[in-house]
Amino acid sequence: MKKTRWMFGVVLTVLAAFATIAVTQPRVAKAGDQPASAEVKIDNFSFGPQTLTVAAGTTVTWKNNDDVPHTVVSDDKAFKSKALDTDDKFSYTFTKPGTYNYFCSVHPKMIAKIVVQ
Amino acid sequence: MSQFIKDNVEKDGIDRRGFLKCMAWAGTGALCVMKGGVLKSFALSDVMQHNVGDFKGDLSFVQISDSHIGFNKAANPDVTATLREAIAKVNALPTPPSFVLHTGDLTHLSKPSEFDTLAESLKSLKTERIFYVPGEHDVLDDNGAMFRERFGQGTMGDGWHSFDRNGIHFVGLVNVMNLKAGGLGSLGNDQLAWLQKDVSGLKSSTPIVLFAHIPLWAVYPQWGWGTDDSEQALSYLKRFGSVTVLNGHIHQTMQKVEGNVTFHTACSTAFPQPQPGQADSPGPMKVPDDKLRGVLGITDVNFVRGTHSLGIVDSTLA
Repeated sequence: MKKTRWMFGVVLTVLAAFATIAVTQPRVAKAGDQPASAEVKIDNFSFGPQTLTVAAGTTVTWKNNDDVPHTVVSDDKAFKSKALDTDDKFSYTFTKPGTYNYFCSVHPKMIAKIVVQ
Repeated sequence: MSQFIKDNVEKDGIDRRGFLKCMAWAGTGALCVMKGGVLKSFALSDVMQHNVGDFKGDLSFVQISDSHIGFNKAANPDVTATLREAIAKVNALPTPPSFVLHTGDLTHLSKPSEFDTLAESLKSLKTERIFYVPGEHDVLDDNGAMFRERFGQGTMGDGWHSFDRNGIHFVGLVNVMNLKAGGLGSLGNDQLAWLQKDVSGLKSSTPIVLFAHIPLWAVYPQWGWGTDDSEQALSYLKRFGSVTVLNGHIHQTMQKVEGNVTFHTACSTAFPQPQPGQADSPGPMKVPDDKLRGVLGITDVNFVRGTHSLGIVDSTLA
């Protein structure tokens, strides 16, 4: 019983370590690693960060914190979310290096970009 | 307190100095009446002291806007209730409106249930007909297909249309579709070509009323409060003596006169938004609960034959 609890603690610690790596080092995405992820927040009618640089293979997740719906649409329409209500999320995995300009098609003054290396 | 026109140097019935006095009231509960070529402004608190005839013309209609059915955040947890109050306000007008214009954002998220609630609520409106143009919240994931099917019957393109009442030509425009990255509201070439043709056969003495969701003038482009190709649209209307532009979108009243064109934006029936540049973003603005109805409202428009002037009266739900 005591041993099981100890094992459980180790597993939790290891999991937490992985989670920390995933959050703090989104650029590290070498072969064999867990897929990298990164987040863009939507606050006050703007995307943050305005420019996000990630490694190829990274999954970027947008989250809308505003009281009004927004969308995430790349200028070339390579990716396009549905309308995101408050707290809704949208994810897209960037497989090829390049610069992806995107905007909110509801409030087109909102522009930002993802740079994939 | 009332301000009457003292200067009318351009003989167009518009006293720009008087209008500025009028504008000082706008947004705080003002009403502006143009009648007999004379502009008068009144503090809203004075309205009840005037005769009904002061605000009566040959045609009266009402503009309501930005109902945002489905919105339920702090700025107004019950937008259906305030829409119903707006409807009651319209139904209590001394002169029933010939028709009602809804200038968009019927819903918050373009959901079928939201359109249902809006349609059901507006059934109690005492008027012959309601004309609609969509806001960006009505065309979210389907390019406005559901909006047009339910509220845009008989319209063209993305939902634009025109009609005539009492010698006035009304044009409903759609400027919330196919928006470009970094841009503002957009009418697009197809709609512009249609507009040019639509007004080409009219006499220059015909009063024109344009209505659309996003302002057709640069209210505050930093917040997207303007339309990229509105100048092109207005260039087709230069020869007309009287052009009135009615918009929504910015959830507050604002007026501007430029040559032959009077621009006006209406209050929302749902929630207020901040004045241009007075907040981090144009999002819903929370005001104290007892102040909410003072910043929501309807717009009553009166036309007096022979003057080619429209009297525009904003009243709050308070």
